[in-house]
Amino acid sequence: MLTILFDGVAYGMLLFVLAVGLAVTLGLMNFINLAHGAFAMLGGYCTVLLMQRLDVPFLLCLPIAFLVSAILGSILERTLYRPLYNRPHLDQVLFSIGLAFMSVAGADYLMGSGQQNIQLPLWLKGRTELGEDPWTLGMGHYRLLIILICAVLTVVLQSTLTKTRFGSQLRASVDDPVVASGLGINVNKVFLLTFAVGSGLAGLGGALGAEVLSIDPIFPLKYMIYFLIVVSVGGTSSITGPLLAALLLGIADVAGKYYVPKLGGFIVYSLMIMILLWRPQGLFSRGSK
Amino acid sequence: MDSQGTHSSNSKDLDSLQRSLHKNSKIKITELLFWVVAFLMPLALPSHDMMISEIAITALFALSLDLVLGYSGIVSLGHAAFFGFGVYSAALFAKFFNADPLLGLVVCAVLCGFLGWMCSFTILRGSDLTRLMVTLGVALILLELANQMDWLTGGSDGLQGVLIGPVLRRFEFDLEGRTAAWYSMSIALLFFMFARVLVGSPWGYTLRVIRDNRLRAMAIGVPVSKVLISVYTIAASIAGVAGGVLAQTTGFASLDVFAFDRSADLMLMLVIGGVGWLYGGIAGAVIFKILQSELSAVTPQYWMFWIGLLLIILVHVGRDRIKGWFMPKGLFGKLGEQSEVRK
Repeated sequence: MLTILFDGVAYGMLLFVLAVGLAVTLGLMNFINLAHGAFAMLGGYCTVLLMQRLDVPFLLCLPIAFLVSAILGSILERTLYRPLYNRPHLDQVLFSIGLAFMSVAGADYLMGSGQQNIQLPLWLKGRTELGEDPWTLGMGHYRLLIILICAVLTVVLQSTLTKTRFGSQLRASVDDPVVASGLGINVNKVFLLTFAVGSGLAGLGGALGAEVLSIDPIFPLKYMIYFLIVVSVGGTSSITGPLLAALLLGIADVAGKYYVPKLGGFIVYSLMIMILLWRPQGLFSRGSK
Repeated sequence: MDSQGTHSSNSKDLDSLQRSLHKNSKIKITELLFWVVAFLMPLALPSHDMMISEIAITALFALSLDLVLGYSGIVSLGHAAFFGFGVYSAALFAKFFNADPLLGLVVCAVLCGFLGWMCSFTILRGSDLTRLMVTLGVALILLELANQMDWLTGGSDGLQGVLIGPVLRRFEFDLEGRTAAWYSMSIALLFFMFARVLVGSPWGYTLRVIRDNRLRAMAIGVPVSKVLISVYTIAASIAGVAGGVLAQTTGFASLDVFAFDRSADLMLMLVIGGVGWLYGGIAGAVIFKILQSELSAVTPQYWMFWIGLLLIILVHVGRDRIKGWFMPKGLFGKLGEQSEVRK
C-alpha cells in the first residue's frame, strides 16, 4: 500500500513539473494555453531521439530537453502568443487547440504514430525495499529520482517567485502591466522569460516522464486534461496549490487504477467537478479574484 | 444597445429601438431561398445524400452550441456530452422500446434536456477556466460511463443492430440515405426556426445582455442564473436531438461521439461560420465538412495539421474581421457585434 502511495507521489510530482508552466501562464498571465502539452511532448521526443540515436546519457538529456522546449517556447511567445494576451478567452482556447492539433499531426509525420520508449540506465532500474510485509515500501530508483528533482524544482521556483527581484518584477507585471512598465520593468521581457521557463519545465517534465508516460503523438491531447485539472483544482495564485493538487491527482489516479481499474478516470473527473463546484477558484486559492 | 437615439426625443428613441429589434426577426427572401436550395440538394447531388444528412446534423449541433457560446458567452469544451448522450439514448430507445424515429427524438430531447438542466448548475459559477474544465469533465465522465457499461452500450465496439422504423410510418430509411437527408434537414429546419424565434424574443436579448455584461444585467434585474439554466437546458436538448438524428440515420452508436475532438471541431466550425449568428453554425458546418472530406482525401492522417493551421490563422487575423468580409450588414446589424469586454 505504501508502494502505491509512493508511486502516486512520484506520478503527482511529475504532473506538477509538467503543469507548473501552465500554472504560470494561466495563473499569472491569465492565458488559457491548451497547447502546453506540446512542449512536454517536444521534451520527450528530444530525450528519445538523443538517447536512441546519439547515445546521450539520460541525465544530460534532461537539461537539453529543457533548453530546446524553452527556446521553442520563447520563439512562439514572441510570434504567436503575445498578440493574444488581451484577447477573450475563446480566442486563446481556439488558438492553442490549433497549435496542439498541429503538434499532434507534426509529431505523427516526423516520428510515426507509435509509442516511443527509452532504455533507462542500469542504476535507475533498481528498486529498494523498506519495512515489513504489510507496510512494504518499494521505491523504484527512477521514481525516487523524479521525486528528488521535482522537490528541488519546487523549492527553487517558490523561492524565485517570492524572494528574488525577478519574482517581484513578474508579480508586478501581472498585477498591472502598465504601471509596471512605467516603473521601468521590461514587461515583455519578463513575460517572455516566464513563458520560456514554463515551456522549458514542460519539456523537462516530458523528458523525465518519457518512461512512465510513454511519448506518442497524441500526448498533448491525452494529458491536456490532467494539466488543466492540476491548475484549475490547485488554484492559480501560488505554486503550492498546483503542487498539492498534482499530488492529490497522482495518488488518486494511481490508487484508483490499482484498486478499481474499471472506474479508471471516472473517479478523477468526478472529483474534479465536485471540487470545482465547491470552490470554483480552486482548492487552495486565497479567495476569489 | 443603440446610442443613436440619445439626441432625439424619448418616443422616437423607443420607436427606433423597436424597429432595430424587430429588424432581425423578420424572415428575409435570402433565407427562404437558402432553405429551398438546401432541400433541393439531395436531388441535385444524389450520391452525396449521407454527407448532406451529416452536414444538417452538424449544423443543428452547432446551432445548439451557438446558443450557449455565441449568445450567452459560456465557453464550453464539452458540448459533445449532450450530443453523445442523445446518440445513445436514441439508439437504445429504438433498440429496446420503440422504433418510431419521431417518438425517439422526443425522448431524446427530454432526456438530454434533463441532463443539461442538471449540468447547468455547474456552469453558473467560476471563471472561463472553471467552466471549460467542468464541461470537459462532464463529457469525459460520460465517455467513461459509456465505455464501462458495455452490457448496455456495447463499450468500445459500439452499439450495433439499431433498427429504425419509417418516419411518420411512411418513409423508410433507404440505403442511399435520401430519406435520411430530408429527415435530418427537416429536423434541423424545425429547431432552427425555434431558435430563431427564441433569440429574437425579449428573452433572447437578455442572453446577449448577460454575455456582454453580466454585472450590469444583474443590476437591471435580469435573473441571470435562471436565464442561463434555461438556455443551457434548451441547448442541451437541441444537441441531444442532433445526436438522436445521427443515431437514427446511421443506425449505429460509437464512443467517439463523446470525444474531445468532436467538441473542439464543433467550436471551430462555429467560429469559422461566426458566433452569435444563427446561420454561422450552418455556414461553418458546410465549410468544415466539405474541407474535411476534401483534405482528408488528400492527406487523411494530417487533416489535424491543416485544421490547426486554419485555427491559428483565424485567431490571428481576427474572427471579427473575417466575419466582416462575408457578412451582409443587414442580417447582423449592430446588435450581434460581440463585445470584447467581459465582466
